[in-house]
Amino acid sequence: MFEFNPNRHDFSDQVLLGHTIKGGGFDEVEKAVDLIVSQPACATFVSTGLAKYFVSDDPPPALVAAMAKTFRRTDGDIAQVMKTMLTSKYFSASLGQRYKDPTQFLVSAMRLAYDGKPVENPRPLVNWIQQLGQAPFGRITPDGWPTASSEWTSSGQLAKRFEIARSIGSGANHLFDLNEDGSQHRGGFPQLTTPVYYATIDPFLGQKTRDALSQATSQQEWNTYLLSSPEFNYR
Amino acid sequence: MDRRQFLFTLAATVPALTFGGKVFAAPATSPRFLLVFLRGGYDANNLLVPYASDFYYESRPNIAVARPDPQDEGSARALDANWAMAPAVLKSMGPLWDRKQLAFIPFAGTDDLSRSHFETQDNIESGEAGDARRYASGFMGRLSGVLRGVPPIAFTDALPLSFRGAGDVPNVSLKGNGNATFDDRQSKILAGMYQGTPLQAQAADGLQLRQDVANDLKTEMTAASRGAVNARGFAQQGERMATLMRDRFRLGFVDVGGWDTHVNQGGAQGQLANNLDNLSQGLAAFADGLGEKEWNDTVVVVVSEFGRTFRENGNKGTDHGHGTTYWVLGGKIAGGRIAGQQVAINAGSLLQNRDYPVLNNYRDVLGGLMRRMYGLSDKDLGAVFPGAKPTDLRLV
Repeated sequence: MFEFNPNRHDFSDQVLLGHTIKGGGFDEVEKAVDLIVSQPACATFVSTGLAKYFVSDDPPPALVAAMAKTFRRTDGDIAQVMKTMLTSKYFSASLGQRYKDPTQFLVSAMRLAYDGKPVENPRPLVNWIQQLGQAPFGRITPDGWPTASSEWTSSGQLAKRFEIARSIGSGANHLFDLNEDGSQHRGGFPQLTTPVYYATIDPFLGQKTRDALSQATSQQEWNTYLLSSPEFNYR
Repeated sequence: MDRRQFLFTLAATVPALTFGGKVFAAPATSPRFLLVFLRGGYDANNLLVPYASDFYYESRPNIAVARPDPQDEGSARALDANWAMAPAVLKSMGPLWDRKQLAFIPFAGTDDLSRSHFETQDNIESGEAGDARRYASGFMGRLSGVLRGVPPIAFTDALPLSFRGAGDVPNVSLKGNGNATFDDRQSKILAGMYQGTPLQAQAADGLQLRQDVANDLKTEMTAASRGAVNARGFAQQGERMATLMRDRFRLGFVDVGGWDTHVNQGGAQGQLANNLDNLSQGLAAFADGLGEKEWNDTVVVVVSEFGRTFRENGNKGTDHGHGTTYWVLGGKIAGGRIAGQQVAINAGSLLQNRDYPVLNNYRDVLGGLMRRMYGLSDKDLGAVFPGAKPTDLRLV
C-alpha cells in the first residue's frame, strides 16, 4: 500500500540516479519508479527475489536470467515474469523442496481443515502466528521476512509447529467460540480427508508418514500427524 | 533427600546432550553466561539513584526515589557516596550486593542516538560497530561460534537476533505451565516421520527438549515444593533457567518486557518498582536455583536498549533517552561497587540536555568481560564484536 501525503512532501527538484526530477507532487513518484524500473539491475533484483521465494534459496542463474529478460522485454510486467518462472523446468523440479514459512503453514492448514467455514474468533490464529515468529508486519529488523527455508527450520520452530498442528487438528482451540472468554465453546475436530486431500496430498505421502498415520489412536491424532508431516510442510 | 543432594543426583543422571547432530562434550569448566535483555528501555535513574545530586530531585518532583533514610522504608539504600539502590530491589539484590556478587555500570549503552526502541535493540543484539546495519548474525551467536563446549539456549518463543547466525540454537519459552504437549509415544511417531529427511535432527531435538524441560521442571518442582514459595512471573522463569543452565546449557538469553514507562511510572512504588521487583526476584531465584558452586562460575549481565530522560515528563513518566545502567551479577565477580567511567550529574553533564551520556560502550564492556571469562583471543573477540576496544572493568 502507498499513500501520497502532499503536506509531507518536499516539492523542490530532486536528483535520482543522475536524472533531475522536477518538483511537481505525485508525478515525481511515478517518474522515480519509471527510472528505477528501467535500470538493468532492477530486472535482476526483482527476478531474484521472486525466484528465491518460489523456487530456491539459491536460484539457478539461467532461471533468473530468463525472468530478467522477460522483465525488460515487457517493461516490468510481473505477471509475464511469473509466467516465465512457473513454466520453467526449474519450477517443477523445485516442487516439494521448499519448507513452508509460518504463514504458508498456517493458511494451508486452516484451509485444509476449515475451508469455507467462517472463523468466529481469530484470536487463536493471531497467537499462533506470533508463536511461530512471523506476525504480520512484525519483523523486528527492517530487512523483511527471510525467504530461506533454513530460517524456519530450527528445532524450536518445528516443535512449536507440531504443537499448533495439534491445536488445529484436534479442534482443541477456540476458533468457533461465539465469544472471546470461551464460555460459549463450539466446534469439534475437523475432517481433513476431503476431496482436496485425496487429490493433492494422499498420493504423495511417503511410507514413514503412512506408518505414523496408521499408529494414530484417534482422528484428532491422525489430523495432528498429517499437519505435522514433512509432505504437508514442504511445498 | 535434601535439595543439594537432589541436584547432584540430577546432574549425575543427565545424559550427553546432542543438538542438531552435534554432541556437546560435557561442559566441564567453562563459565555460564546469561544475558538478560530489558526490552523497552528501563528507567535506570530510579534503580541506581544518584542521591547526592540535587539536580535529580529537582528534575523529578513526582517520581524521585527518596534519599537514604533508615527511618523510611521507601527510601533508597546508599551504595557509596553518590549512588543508592531502589527499595524495590533491596530484598532480592541487597544480599547479593553485600556478598559483592552484584555490580552496576552506569552511563552504559550504544553509540546509536536514534532513541528508537527497535533500531537500538537491533543495534545491540547484532553487536556490530556504529550503524553497520547487518542483521545476519548476533553477538551471542558469534560468541557461541568461537567457544567450544558451551551449549547455547534462548529462553524465548522465537530465536532472538542476538543468537542469529549460530546454526540451530534451541529456544524454549519458560513462561506458562511447562507441560509437554506430546507424550513419549506421540513424540516418537512425530520424529519418525522426519527420519531420513534433512530435518531429522531438528524434529527429534525440538521434541526432546520440550520433553526434557517438562520432566526436569516436574521433578524439580516436586523436590522443591517443601517450603518453597510458588514463584510467579520472572521469579518462576529464573528458577527454570537455573534448572536448565545448571547442567545442560551454558550460554543463555532471556528478555523481559514492560519497561517503556512514559506514563505514571511511580517512584519507590508503582509500575516501574513492581517490574524491578519482579526482575530482581527472578535474578535471585536464578542464583539460588543454580546452587553455590554453579553460581560461582556464572556471570549474568542485564542490559536494556537505552536509558530514559533524566527529567520526568508531564505524565509522571519518562521518555526515551540514551545512557543506561547495566547490572553484572555472579558468585565470584568483584562486585559491591559501581564500575566504569562516571561523571558528576548536573544539568551540564546531560547529553543534549536530556539524558545520560554513554561513557561505557556496551561492546567494549561486554568484550572485556568475555575476554576475562573465556580467555578469548583478539581474533575471536574481533569476530564477536568487530572493531570494539574491549575494556577490562575487572569485574570477573
